[in-house]
Amino acid sequence: MKFLVCISQTPDTTAKVSFNADGTEYNAAGVQFIMNPYDEWYALVRACELREALGGTVVALNVGPAANETTIRKALAIGADEAVRINADPKSAAFTAKQIAEYARNENFDIIFLGKETIDYNGSEVGAMVAEYLDLPYVSYASKLDLDGNTATLERDIEGGVEVLEVDTPFVVSAAKGMAEQRIPNMRGIMTARTKPLKEVQPVAFDESVEAAQFTLPPAKAGVKLVDPENMDELVRLLHEEAKII
Amino acid sequence: MVLIFAESPRGNLKKAAFEAVTYGKKVADLLGTSCIALTLGAVKDAGELGRYGAGRVLNAADPAFNNFDSQTYAGAIADVAKSNGATVIITSHTSSGKSVAGRLAVRLGAGLVSGVNSLPEVNGGNLRVKKSVFSGKAVAEYEITSPVKVVSLMGNAVKPEVSGDPVSVEAVSANAGAGRIRVKEVKTQEGRVPLPEAEIVVSAGRGMKDPSNWGIVEELAETLGATTACSRPVADSHWRPHNEHVGQTGIAIRPNLYIAIGISGAIQHLAGVNNSKVIVVINKDSEAPFFKAADYGVVGDLFEVVPRLNAALKKFKAAH
Ligand SMILES: Cc1cc2nc3c(=O)[nH]c(=O)nc-3n(C[C@H](O)[C@H](O)[C@H](O)COP(=O)(O)OP(=O)(O)OC[C@H]3O[C@@H](n4cnc5c(N)ncnc54)[C@H](O)[C@@H]3O)c2cc1C
Repeated sequence: MKFLVCISQTPDTTAKVSFNADGTEYNAAGVQFIMNPYDEWYALVRACELREALGGTVVALNVGPAANETTIRKALAIGADEAVRINADPKSAAFTAKQIAEYARNENFDIIFLGKETIDYNGSEVGAMVAEYLDLPYVSYASKLDLDGNTATLERDIEGGVEVLEVDTPFVVSAAKGMAEQRIPNMRGIMTARTKPLKEVQPVAFDESVEAAQFTLPPAKAGVKLVDPENMDELVRLLHEEAKII
Repeated sequence: MVLIFAESPRGNLKKAAFEAVTYGKKVADLLGTSCIALTLGAVKDAGELGRYGAGRVLNAADPAFNNFDSQTYAGAIADVAKSNGATVIITSHTSSGKSVAGRLAVRLGAGLVSGVNSLPEVNGGNLRVKKSVFSGKAVAEYEITSPVKVVSLMGNAVKPEVSGDPVSVEAVSANAGAGRIRVKEVKTQEGRVPLPEAEIVVSAGRGMKDPSNWGIVEELAETLGATTACSRPVADSHWRPHNEHVGQTGIAIRPNLYIAIGISGAIQHLAGVNNSKVIVVINKDSEAPFFKAADYGVVGDLFEVVPRLNAALKKFKAAH
């Protein structure tokens, strides 16, 4: 079995969000970057578990500049066998999807994994796009994935429940909480990651059809109004008369 | 023409579809064009979409559409979009809507912005749309420049509005082709509004001490007709099911009212809930960071405050 795991790099969850003076670009100065949690905790770990059970290869793929190699090495330390970096600074989900699809097209992966969304742009777009480029089935938000021969059984999170479904390889899947448990890389993993292959691939041309125009920070809250814990009638009154939500 | 994919999980149109049509009608008005809603599979009362502003309602009834497969769905929607000359296609930003939107963008060579939360601005042939990014910590405006445009609409971003009358449903033949996803079973929690759609959410954290204490949370939710949620450590320790986990790495929600009980308000938790219209925080620690993000705060022991709030609400409900 051959598994591809698409990993992206995002600002750390505690990073302060700010933009350049004219609000056209994210200000990365001083920001710590991490592997997108869904990619790391669920997609990558499940792919490694399947490889451990069934044999095969896990390839971690990142579309990003050379600075992302620390994140890519972490994926190798967690258990990916080899890695590919498509050398570009992606400006959109559409660009990223195109690069992934062009790389994967002739590589015959059985399963292409992604995280359910990135925690920065929250697009949830790449997986569906990759699947469409490659004419593959797509299962989004999978919280469970088992493989029996070439048939996978998955649970997909839907609004208010789960859908249990079957699909044959090859397919694309986006991973949600539940698919696996987070793994902390051990010392041996970190050591071997240094010598595992990391290949650089050049991007293909892509015409953007969405431009980021402006970023702003949401207005600050007016401040909390404290209510006496003995007097919940007052809270109810405020919710009714002032906030008008009950 | 504006085409709306009105989704109908298990044959029923839900709030997401009414919101999408309401939004689509407004976008069509802005562009001075018409608005068509498309439903797939067997759908109850599809003509109702006319009341929310759909000029025409189409249905492709191939039974293959009764189960969701993003591939067959996107194929059908793209065919209808092309044959009717759609320039804007709108889906809901739901588990299904998102996976269809990405496929449509590729299939139609269209620009996609997912999770938009307000009406677009028309800028020549371009559309300028807004969405929340960085898990609610910022707002981004994007300009879609391609001739055909796809957007998915965030839940609870627009209110369904009645602006017309039911219309008769027109059958269209869209070929489902050979779907490759075999749906075996759908497990839903009956009688509960799913978290992403909920208007009121009652959420509890580690301050609850033990899963056996959740009764007071359930009762409060019951009184309010609310959906329950929880913080990540609560889901991680299996005190509550993982589909209740909200936050940056859980579900992001934007209800009208979010009541946080015994939750400290870590930045990753806030990231998933700070788009709520009104936030009430109940915490015994007056220094808990959540109070900075709250509209109303109660500093006190949740085991006393929550039952008291529930009693006050019951009294209020009985009087109104
Ligand atoms: C990468 C990453 C992603 C994360 N993603 C998420 C996420 O998506 N969602 C999420 O929730 N967390 C997330 N976290 C975890 C987050 O940082 C916090 O650890 C978590 O939100 C804390 O949960 P809590 O508020 O329930 O518990 P605690 O922080 O332990 O807070 C419990 C609170 O209860 C109060 N309390 C205790 N007893 C009482 C009482 N009797 N009456 C009233 N109040 C009481 C305490 O004062 C305290 O404020 C993430 C962390 C990381 C590193």
